[in-house]
Amino acid sequence: MNVLGVHLSEATLWSMAVGIVTNVACAVLGCHLVLRRLSLLGDAISHAVLPGIVVGYLLSGSLGVLTMLAGAWAAAILTSLLTDSLTRYGNVPEDASMGVVFTSLFALGVVLVSRYARNVHIDADCVLYGLIDTAALDVVAVARWYVPRVLLTLAPVLLATLVFLAVFWKELKLTSFDPALAAALGFRPRMVHYLFMGMVATVTVASFEAVGSILVIAMLIVPAATAQLLTDRLLRMVVAAACVGAISAIVGCWGAVRWNTSAAGMMAVVAGGQFAVAVCFAPRYGLLSKLWHTWQLGLRIVGEDVVARLFRAEELARSAPRTTALTAPARAGHLARLAGGPIAGRLALAQLWWRGDVAFRGDTGLTLTERGRRLAQMLVRGHRLWESYLGEHFALPLDHLHEPAERLEHYLGPRLQEQLAEELAEPGRDPHGREIPPSA
Amino acid sequence: MFAWPAYNTLVVLAGASLLGMAGGLVGSFAVLRRRSLLGDALAHAALPGLCLAFLLVGRRSLPAMQAGALATGVLGVIVIALLRRATRVKEDAAIGIVLSVAFGAGVVLLRYIQNETTEGSKAGLDAYLFGKTAGMIAADVVFIAAVAALCAAAVLILFKELKLVAFDSAFAHVQGWPTLSLDLLLLGLIAVSVVISLPAVGVVLTAALLILPGAAARFWTSRLDRLLVVAMLFGLLTGAIGTLISAQVAGLPAGPLIVLVGAALFLISALAGPRRGAVARWIALTLQRRQLAKQRLLIALYEASDLAKTQGLLPGAQVITAGALAVSEAMPIAKARRDVRAGQRAGLLDRAGAWTERGASQALAAVRAQRICRQALRDYPELMVSRFDLDYSAAVADLPRELLETIELKLRREGAWPDNPRSGMTAGTSP
Repeated sequence: MNVLGVHLSEATLWSMAVGIVTNVACAVLGCHLVLRRLSLLGDAISHAVLPGIVVGYLLSGSLGVLTMLAGAWAAAILTSLLTDSLTRYGNVPEDASMGVVFTSLFALGVVLVSRYARNVHIDADCVLYGLIDTAALDVVAVARWYVPRVLLTLAPVLLATLVFLAVFWKELKLTSFDPALAAALGFRPRMVHYLFMGMVATVTVASFEAVGSILVIAMLIVPAATAQLLTDRLLRMVVAAACVGAISAIVGCWGAVRWNTSAAGMMAVVAGGQFAVAVCFAPRYGLLSKLWHTWQLGLRIVGEDVVARLFRAEELARSAPRTTALTAPARAGHLARLAGGPIAGRLALAQLWWRGDVAFRGDTGLTLTERGRRLAQMLVRGHRLWESYLGEHFALPLDHLHEPAERLEHYLGPRLQEQLAEELAEPGRDPHGREIPPSA
Repeated sequence: MFAWPAYNTLVVLAGASLLGMAGGLVGSFAVLRRRSLLGDALAHAALPGLCLAFLLVGRRSLPAMQAGALATGVLGVIVIALLRRATRVKEDAAIGIVLSVAFGAGVVLLRYIQNETTEGSKAGLDAYLFGKTAGMIAADVVFIAAVAALCAAAVLILFKELKLVAFDSAFAHVQGWPTLSLDLLLLGLIAVSVVISLPAVGVVLTAALLILPGAAARFWTSRLDRLLVVAMLFGLLTGAIGTLISAQVAGLPAGPLIVLVGAALFLISALAGPRRGAVARWIALTLQRRQLAKQRLLIALYEASDLAKTQGLLPGAQVITAGALAVSEAMPIAKARRDVRAGQRAGLLDRAGAWTERGASQALAAVRAQRICRQALRDYPELMVSRFDLDYSAAVADLPRELLETIELKLRREGAWPDNPRSGMTAGTSP
């Protein structure tokens, strides 16, 4: 099969399949790791299972799944217990105790691998890179196909993970988001926690052969963190994480063939790339969309300041027609600069004009349209209502009322204005003696 | 047999010891400032930098590779800080993401170099994963010494500031110290000590060289200056012993061995450290338990003898029997028997069950402390609540004298002031 100028052999496709199964299993579990802020415990466990695996291997003399699993569970529980007791009884800070425990266990694992398990099935290379590149070399006949042996352990683990998530969906969700409530409702968050960590250890062990001990953490955390940027709902997050994981596997394997390098590493890089894209472009939590919202808000505030200023100028012209300096036709550029600086001011003016809030006339300059006047009236009403409210309820001097009101006027909707007016019994004038315009 | 190390081994030994010392010195601050895992992220993020530098220079050049490692390592830490500040990604996830993705990128580059370039396979980049001390030459050691001296100088000059930031950075900030710059300085120190350790210990485990000595030293002292000295000593021992072992045993990477030595030192410290160590805590706990048990026994025996005396339960009244104890303390007779026997064994009661002189005076002190404590708790709760202690004599030990006298007067008036339990005995039996 030829994809984008890269020949994908059958072996590569099998690697891809192994990658997809690994990544999806890790990604769906990783969602809860990220939500529970246990990412680093996941990291610690994925390092610490190594000595467990090696001891299990040495005891059984083979890479039997069950002995390795038992060893890994023991190591995972040991990590959790040691970290907890160091923090609790030894007064070691939590991050340091985690760092102590997992580096020590991992070092022990590497020494054991190098000393006793050299040149057999697990070696230092396997610890680092996994065997996914060569997954297709070790096959088992299933029906008419030769399936990689790794896939035969990974597929049931994926299934078990999905079943685990489905069965304990409610419990996991509750304990992830609100452990105190869960405890109050009798859901035993500690037990759910240990069950969950056991599942993490299981998936870590199963993935160990495929992607190695260190890169598992990329498969666990990165898709989940990416999905968390995309959505606020757990089910969607899990599905999105699974998709991100699968894409990482497919593109990662392709890239590994294209540049002749490690598939596990490439999958981590692709996952990281997707995360970077999400950080920049996620619809709600992305940097770009945040920037856009801030910019939009800024423009709106500048525009509102301009119309409110025009409204006040009209007011002044009615009450004191002779003060010509202030009632003179407002020069558009000047006003906009006053409100928001040259660029933002002009953009805000353009936006106002486009919406039909202001009109440009040759002789009088910038004037409010009927629509703009209504908008301005609401703003000024909000401003003066807030000044009245502050004057009534806080012992503030008169000259301290304007500034907070100037800031808050942009956020006082009609409902809040109504409540304020009701609370103040429809005041006619603000503390400065200016008339509060009626609701438009 | 242990052979006297050759010149090469001595060079390596010096280098590894210096690395350990630098790690211990800088790492102590990292541990105190809760920045332990930042070193881990930094070390992992250094791998792509090493490989990129190799690809750019085209051959193995230590300065270039260390510069590359420093660049990507610091970049990784910056990315963590930005992710935490600007997105909803939490710090733990940010550390995990940067660590694993950067390491993945490093692995990709490493494999690419090994598969695609001719000199790549000989470059020994593999050694950077788990470390190799054997390749160290005198020039490297001089470089390491220079960096270590730089770290030491920075810590010496800014000792007061770093101390303040390490223990209470919010207070330091309020006091007007430039906490951000100090944090950045600490980060820089961590970065350079990680980068110089990479060739010897490897990217995977370098963080341990930072964390282990400092965390182990914490069990021995609570003073920062002593902590730093002990941590440097531990770092020195870690590096030296680890190197010696890896020189004796062929085929083992140096990094994990060094880390295991550090872990052993940590374990010893966690067990044997004074005050904070497990053994010391166990001894203190046992002593306290014994003290409380004795206090309970004294009080129970006193109450029994008091009851017997006032109620005339038993003729003679000088002898405390299990029966009297069971009645007065409402305990099962078997437990009462055990208690009487325990009192006799401790020399509080004689064979017959009467108070010995020592037992009487100790019981009197214990009961007085208990009564004072209870009365004080009733009359001056705000004073007692902070010193409420199961050990009555410790709780009343430092109360002001006038207060003790007031309480004693009050108790005497109510007839609740305990007398020496032997005082009621007849002159004939008491010497």
